Amino acid sequence: MDLFELLSSAIEALTLNKLRTGLATLGIVIGIGSVIALISLGQASQQSVQKQIESLGANTLTIIPGAQTTGGVRQAAGSNQTLTNADAIAMENSPQLSDITAVSPEVSSRGQVIANGNNENDSILGVTPSYAIVHNTQMQQGSFISNSQSLSKVAVIGSQVASDLFTGSPVGQTLRIDNTTFTVIGVTVSQGGSGFQNPDATVYIPLLTDQQEISGTSYLNNITVSAKSQNVMTAAENQVGYFLLARHHITDPAQADFSILSQQQILTAASSVTGTLTSLLAGIAAISLIVGGIGIMNIMLVTVTERIREIGLRKALGAKKKTIIYQFLVEAVLLTIVGGLLGMVVGILVSALVSSLINLPFVLSTFAIFLAIGVSGGIGILFGWYPAQKAASLSPIEALRYE
Amino acid sequence: MLIHVSHLNKIYYVGSTETIALSDVSFDVSKGEFVAIMGPSGSGKSTLMHMIGALDTPTSGTYILDGEDVSKLTDDELADIRNRKIGFVFQAFNLLPRRSTMKNVMLPLMYAGIPKEERIERAKKYLTLVGLGDRLEHTTNQLSGGQQQRVAIARGLAMNPAILLADEPTGNLASSQANEIMDIFKDLNKQGHTIVMITHEPDIAQNAKRIIMIKDGKLISDKKTSKH
Repeated sequence: MDLFELLSSAIEALTLNKLRTGLATLGIVIGIGSVIALISLGQASQQSVQKQIESLGANTLTIIPGAQTTGGVRQAAGSNQTLTNADAIAMENSPQLSDITAVSPEVSSRGQVIANGNNENDSILGVTPSYAIVHNTQMQQGSFISNSQSLSKVAVIGSQVASDLFTGSPVGQTLRIDNTTFTVIGVTVSQGGSGFQNPDATVYIPLLTDQQEISGTSYLNNITVSAKSQNVMTAAENQVGYFLLARHHITDPAQADFSILSQQQILTAASSVTGTLTSLLAGIAAISLIVGGIGIMNIMLVTVTERIREIGLRKALGAKKKTIIYQFLVEAVLLTIVGGLLGMVVGILVSALVSSLINLPFVLSTFAIFLAIGVSGGIGILFGWYPAQKAASLSPIEALRYE
Repeated sequence: MLIHVSHLNKIYYVGSTETIALSDVSFDVSKGEFVAIMGPSGSGKSTLMHMIGALDTPTSGTYILDGEDVSKLTDDELADIRNRKIGFVFQAFNLLPRRSTMKNVMLPLMYAGIPKEERIERAKKYLTLVGLGDRLEHTTNQLSGGQQQRVAIARGLAMNPAILLADEPTGNLASSQANEIMDIFKDLNKQGHTIVMITHEPDIAQNAKRIIMIKDGKLISDKKTSKH
C-alpha cells in the first residue's frame, strides 16, 4: 500500500463519521488557533512597545538625579536635587563632550490646564529649544519654543490637548496653568502613546518660565542628551558620566549623585517583559493543544474498539502489522494536520481582528505557522501511536470473533 | 498434495489448566476437492479452521499448504500466506460497511500490492462470476444477506488462492439463500477450485464431496459423501 492509498482510505474512513471527525478536529483547531493568536498578539505588542520607545529617540541618554539618603534611609532614585540648569549649560558648552550633539534640561510636573472653560490634567514640561532636537519633536502647527522665548509665557501643546481644549486652531489662543496665562504658539504632531508620559497630552513651556511660575524650583528632573549616533552610545555615556562627576566633585563613581539611562536599556527591559508575557500566554494556549491531542487519542481509541472486527478482517485478508499501524496513524495525523491548518487560519483571523480592534500592528509569525503544522503533525503521531499499536497487535482470531 | 496436515496438536494454556483443542489430527486434501469439516460445537473444528486458515500456528505437528510449511511462521509471514493462498468466506460475511462491493473485493488485492487497473478488472470479473455484475457500485448495506455472502466469495476468489476456506458460510442465511451459496460453491468446485468448508449442519455438509468429522479434538471419520 503506498502513501496515496493510505491517505485515500484514511479520508474514506474519516468521512464515514463526519460529526465525530469534526468534533475531534475542533479540539486541535482551538488549540493551534489559540497558540497562534496569542503568539501573534504577543509579538505585535512587543513590536508596538519597541516602536514607542524607539520613537522617543534611540540615540538618547537620560540623566536623572541620584538617590538621596536621609537618616540612613535611601530614597527613590530621582528624589535628589542634584541636577541644575548650570550643569546643563556647562554640558552644552563643554568641548570635552565631543559625542554629544544636544542637551535638553527638563522639569516635569502635572497640572490642571484650563482653556475656553474646559480643563484637564496634563503633563507640564519645562524645556529649552534643544528638547525638539533631542526628542525629534515635529510640529503640526506653529513652531516650537525658540531661544528668544526662554522667559516668555508661551506654550506648545500636544495634539490631544489641542483637540480636548480647543476648537479650531489653538495657535494664538491662550490657556491657563495655575494662575499663569500662556499663549499657544504651536501644536506637536501626534506620536501616539498612552500612560503617564504621553507626549500628546503634554504642555511644553519654556524651562525658566516653568521654574519661576509653576514648579518654583531651580533644579531639574532630568537632562536628556542626544549622541552623534547609536554606535557611540557607550562613549557618550562615559563622557557625560565623568564630566558630571568632575563638576560635582565626586571621585568615586559608586558615590555618583545621578544615574544615566540609555534608551537601549529601557528597550531591553520592556522587551523582556513583553517577551515573558508572550511565553506565558503561549504556554497557557499550549495546554489547550494538549487537551486537543488527548481528544484525538480518545477518538482514535474509540475508533479502534469500534472497528475491531474490521481490523480482524483486514489482518485475515493479509494486512501486516505495519500496514494496520500506518492506517491508524495516517488517520490520526490527517485529523490533526487538517485541524492544525484550520487552526492556523482561525488564529490568523483572530489576531488580525483583535489587533485592528486594539490598534496593534498585525504581525504574522512564520514561527507560529511552522509550529501549527509541525506540532499538529507531531500530536497526531504522539497520540495516534498508542491506538494504532493497540489495533495492530490484535490477534486476527480474537478480532474476528469480537462482538 | 495441496493440504498436508500431519499429527497436528493444539493446546491452549489458560493459567495452569491446559485445554487440548486438537489432538493428533492428520489428513490430506488434493487439488479440486470439496471438503466439509463437521463437528458439534466445542469439537475443535474452529481451531482446525484457524490452523488451515493460517490464522494461528499449531503447538506441534506439520501443516503444509501448497508446498509451503505454515507451522512455524511469524505473524507477518502468516499474513502473507493468508493473502496469497487462502480465500476466506465467513459466517458473518465480514464486509467493510458502507463501502462499495468493488472496494470490498479489491481489499486483499490492495494488500498484495497489485496495480489499481488490474484490481478493478479482477473485482469486476469475480463479482460478475458470483452474479453481482450489476451491483458493482452498491454499498454493502444495500445488499441482502445472500448477496453480501456472494461479495465475500468474490473477495475470497480475487487473489486466485490455493483454497477457498468457508467458515459456516450459510449460518446467517435463510435456507433459499443458503442453497444459492451452495450452488455457487459447487459450480466453483466444478471449475477446479479447492473448497474447504466448516459447518455443523449435516444437510449443508452433504453438498461437499468428502466429510471429515471432528469430535473432542480428534478426527473420528473421513469419508466420501453418498452423492459422489
